[in-house]
Amino acid sequence: MRAALIIARRELDGYFATPVAYVFIVIFLVLQGTLTFNAGDFFGRGQADLVPFFNFLPWVFLLLVPAISMRLWAEERRLGTIELLLTLPVTEGQAVVGKFLAAWAFCIIALALTFPFVITVNILGSPDNGVIACGYLGGVLISGAFLAVGAATSAMTKNQVIAFVLGVAISFVFALSAYPVVTDFLDRNLPVLAEIARGFSVIERFQYFAQGLIRVPDLVFFASFIGFWLFVNAVVVDHSKAG
Amino acid sequence: MAALIEIAGLTKRFGGFTAVDDVSFRLDKGEVLGFLGPNGAGKTTTMRMLAGFVTPSAGTAAIAGHDVMEAPVAARRVLGFLPEGAPTYPEMTVIGFLRFVARIRGYAGAALARRVEDAVGLTQLESVRLQTVETLSKGFKRRVGLAQALLHDPPVLVLDEPTDGLDPNQKHEVRTLIRRMAPEKAIVISTHLLEEVDAVCTRAIIIAAGRVVADDTPAGLAARDPDGRLEEVFRAITVPASLKRAA
Ligand SMILES: Nc1ncnc2c1ncn2[C@@H]1O[C@H](COP(=O)(O)OP(=O)(O)O)[C@@H](O)[C@H]1O
Ligand SMILES: [Mg+2]
Repeated sequence: MRAALIIARRELDGYFATPVAYVFIVIFLVLQGTLTFNAGDFFGRGQADLVPFFNFLPWVFLLLVPAISMRLWAEERRLGTIELLLTLPVTEGQAVVGKFLAAWAFCIIALALTFPFVITVNILGSPDNGVIACGYLGGVLISGAFLAVGAATSAMTKNQVIAFVLGVAISFVFALSAYPVVTDFLDRNLPVLAEIARGFSVIERFQYFAQGLIRVPDLVFFASFIGFWLFVNAVVVDHSKAG
Repeated sequence: MAALIEIAGLTKRFGGFTAVDDVSFRLDKGEVLGFLGPNGAGKTTTMRMLAGFVTPSAGTAAIAGHDVMEAPVAARRVLGFLPEGAPTYPEMTVIGFLRFVARIRGYAGAALARRVEDAVGLTQLESVRLQTVETLSKGFKRRVGLAQALLHDPPVLVLDEPTDGLDPNQKHEVRTLIRRMAPEKAIVISTHLLEEVDAVCTRAIIIAAGRVVADDTPAGLAARDPDGRLEEVFRAITVPASLKRAA
């Protein structure tokens, strides 16, 4: 764990070493703010809660989170520093976990910077802050899920753009899998799969958190989902060494 | 005493292409091995297998008794490795990078500071300590890579083209450094500069098309040419082997 944390620390410093991190955070806040206030009709609804905010959050994350994870491995491969990293006395697992933790910490920082929304609803009315806290927990988990996918796709290529596109595409499948377009189709043709597809929907599970429900199966789901993709990440890194 | 480096039957195939073909050697403390060969001979691939970055197709490699496949972390602890091209994180400062490597290697506090300072001193990086790596000249970048490899004073050093990109004075300094460390360590350097072999190596292995074609002392190699010229020996040995692969 010590080695993973040292790697995470270096990686997190790396995010803030360039303006990219700040640009990312600004884009995230502007996008999330615009959608919540305009498309979500934050004020017109006359309700003191963050429902519109949490409705848009997973979709904003779907687009932006793979942009955080895309550099994790692709950049190391492009620069050749992966050879340095993986010949230090660390296991691949430690490197995979360390990089993931850095990207996750970055997402959590970005998410924490949305606190003005919370302050605003608290000034305008008296929201259920417990529900809001649950929503944020869901946000942390769904960002972790998208990051784990993106980290794995980042390990598949030297090209950050390819890593990004692949990351969005795979995450999109897991985001959409409980939506009627997919489930109606499966219900008609393959009812068994429809249930499974619903089970894999990261957005449906996120919505329970946004409603203030912390359900054990959802926690287990996110933990397994992240664990699975980190495992894929490690396998891909190991495979690239076999050359 | 067990050899510090022990390679047996090491082979690497990329698809149908054999980059390293049944390479074996052992290296003891005090030896400096010059790993020679034309471009594409398989030097880098062999060193990568030794460092655990490329998985061998066949054969074994061990560093100070630790098998690089069975006990990779233990093997890397006793190894200082300079990858080809000396890659380093461009956005980090020299000191920041060396502190990162020292932390990964388990140092903290005063011991960490001392290790980093020693490495900076040995490789003469004082003047650029706070510069980011991306702003450094090729020679300085190479020395940052070298500093990283020496930091933990490892018993085994594997350096892939350590003097590539250095000016003659810097080359001289690195060679002096290698000679000074030699009695306490087993060192492998790859190079295509034959003068380097004369300057620092106690032993030379020439590989061509993935195979070991000569394993001798520099003097022994030179003696194979009536005029004692290493270049002639090198050409005579490597050209036929490379032609055979091309055919
Ligand atoms: N990952 C790889 N995939 C396919 N071929 C490779 C790979 N790495 C090296 N090679 C090939 O293996 C041969 C040996 O390369 P290398 O070990 O880098 O030689 P050297 O360091 O002696 O110049 C070269 O022909 C090179 O093209
Ligand atoms: Mg090479």
